Amino acid sequence: MSNYSVTSNGYYGEFGGAFVPEILHKCIEDLKNRYLSELTKPDFQEEFHQLLRDYVGRPTPLYFAKRLSEKYGCKIYLKREDLNHTGAHKINNTLGQILLAKRMGKKRIIAETGAGQHGVATATVCALMGLECIVYMGKTDIERQLINVQKMRMLGATVVAATSGNMTLKDATNEAIRDWCCHPEDTYYIIGSVVGPHPYPDMVAKLQSVISEEIKKQLLKQEGRENPDYLIACIGGGSNAAGTIYHYLDNEDVQILLAEAAGKGIDSGESAATIHLGTIGVLHGSKTLVMQDENGQVTEPYSISAGLDYPGIGPLYAYLAYTKRAKTLAITDEQALKAAFELTRTEGIIPALESSHALAVLSQQAFKKEDVVVLTVSGRGDKDMETYIMALSQFDHANTDSL
Amino acid sequence: MHMNRIKMLFEHKTKNILSVYLTAGYPDIESTVEVIERLAENGVDMIEIGIPYSDPLADGPVIQRTSQQALENGMTISVLFEQLRVIRQRVSVPLVIMSYFNPILIYGFKRFCSKCKEIGIDGLIIPDLPFDEYLTNYKDIIKGENLEFISLITPQTSEDRIRKIDTETDAFIYMVSSASTTGNRDSFTSENEEYFKRIKELKLNNPCLIGFGVSNKVTYDQASHYSNGVIVGSRFMDSLKKGMDIDQAIKNLLSVLRG
Ligand SMILES: Cc1ncc(COP(=O)(O)O)c(C=O)c1O
Repeated sequence: MSNYSVTSNGYYGEFGGAFVPEILHKCIEDLKNRYLSELTKPDFQEEFHQLLRDYVGRPTPLYFAKRLSEKYGCKIYLKREDLNHTGAHKINNTLGQILLAKRMGKKRIIAETGAGQHGVATATVCALMGLECIVYMGKTDIERQLINVQKMRMLGATVVAATSGNMTLKDATNEAIRDWCCHPEDTYYIIGSVVGPHPYPDMVAKLQSVISEEIKKQLLKQEGRENPDYLIACIGGGSNAAGTIYHYLDNEDVQILLAEAAGKGIDSGESAATIHLGTIGVLHGSKTLVMQDENGQVTEPYSISAGLDYPGIGPLYAYLAYTKRAKTLAITDEQALKAAFELTRTEGIIPALESSHALAVLSQQAFKKEDVVVLTVSGRGDKDMETYIMALSQFDHANTDSL
Repeated sequence: MHMNRIKMLFEHKTKNILSVYLTAGYPDIESTVEVIERLAENGVDMIEIGIPYSDPLADGPVIQRTSQQALENGMTISVLFEQLRVIRQRVSVPLVIMSYFNPILIYGFKRFCSKCKEIGIDGLIIPDLPFDEYLTNYKDIIKGENLEFISLITPQTSEDRIRKIDTETDAFIYMVSSASTTGNRDSFTSENEEYFKRIKELKLNNPCLIGFGVSNKVTYDQASHYSNGVIVGSRFMDSLKKGMDIDQAIKNLLSVLRG
């Protein structure tokens, strides 16, 4: 991925870098010096791929969604990351990072989580490897994603409530970074998306790139071609999207459509649409687009989806927006809910609220009959049932006709 | 042009230097100048003015809280600069600004530095601007405005890197006491003291001040013993409350530290 790969000091164009306090300099340097060589070692690759296959259940299917395709007049394939162990793409990353952490001799694992999917995926691999696990989660998110909190506890993790700010993902990330500042020697921080200081954005993208590696093979088999016309994914920090587009970035014939969370609308003041609303800034160690006020104070984002409720974005996406390589659509809560019910009732798949944002893109874009569209369903909807149940009556009464 | 005030300070005083941190705009938006004046009157050697930020990654609970309150009070860089416009007619101690990188970036880095110079600020501490990033992109701007960039070192910083920082520093080195965020603590461990000793034995060109956790007589004595002095923040901020006598709060702080 020559045109869009990270530079040796961690930049995509002017975005990226490693803006961390001095106490973390050594941790970041150690990681930077180790990750590429470790990830490409044959024994790492072997262990990683064996676990992806036997433990996670990969490859995930590339499912031709017939009824959905008929509805939108194109060929839609769903990349079924929802079928992974723990219910989302997040485990591809946590599995890779825990293997790295072990090789670096780290004993204590910390993570931040929004929806709880990354927290569960981290707690899971810690249980698998017998390592101590501490997950920081905003108090607001703990309340709205309770099942995942209970899963993490059952898996043996300690869930610590972040009580600053809006008490969501940004605040959980702040707390995780502070923890790391206090335990730089024995602790490994498993970041859950392509955000944070270099080398995390690149490392997480590489670990998630198994998604597009599989898409290429599967599409060749099913369609006789490696390249779709469109790739669609949602972006919170951007990890499932990074995995989806990784091996296609340099092929400009493949169009990339990304869905970010507009919340109640990009002009409503209650939104998490960072690419639409953000300006250049530094958040969580990376120079990227940030939702902030005119004084450089980070603003509180809002989305119905805890996994997209973040005021930053991976630096790669700031660059893809800047170079216009990817087109980003802002999808409202309402549009996402509608898309969730549509997929459920046309294909029998209940998607995560995050993934529903990607699904909503289908109704925003005009496709030609012969277009091949690959859309990543990043996770399943179990964790969002409460929200869906609340919306159910509304959709049964008002919207079933239009579905 | 006269000599930088930080360098003048270290020229006539090399032991037991006390630098005190305050969050600008705390406890009230109008508190900033009064706190600075009272600190100077009470013989504090250097003052570190903190610009509040929404996401202070290197700070513990106390400074998170005072920053949040200061932001709610309406503190911004522009407001602070307005408050400090004539500060040099009131105090002569060295003044250092501590800010996270993002608010400065948004204000405009060069514009920020020019304004600091105009006011009579002597140095900058930007805890999340890495040393290498400083050298490549910001050193010329900072030096161009006659400001000193204060780098931090920690127990994790290698000797090579410390030497390099020492070479590039022309004021003092901010020695972070331990792997921690800012906050109060009862004492430093023997491991912390080993590190203080290790740094002292490096015989750096620049003086070192120890900060993070200096909050009572024990920690003050431990840190002062191995360095040129200390930086105190959380302990002072924790004791400041709305409507209280600031002068008294400072006198209390000094007696807590010096016994
Ligand atoms: C199912 C699911 N999809 C997407 C996301 C968003 O993260 P990313 O953009 O890193 O894929 C999350 C985050 O929690 C998630 O749980």
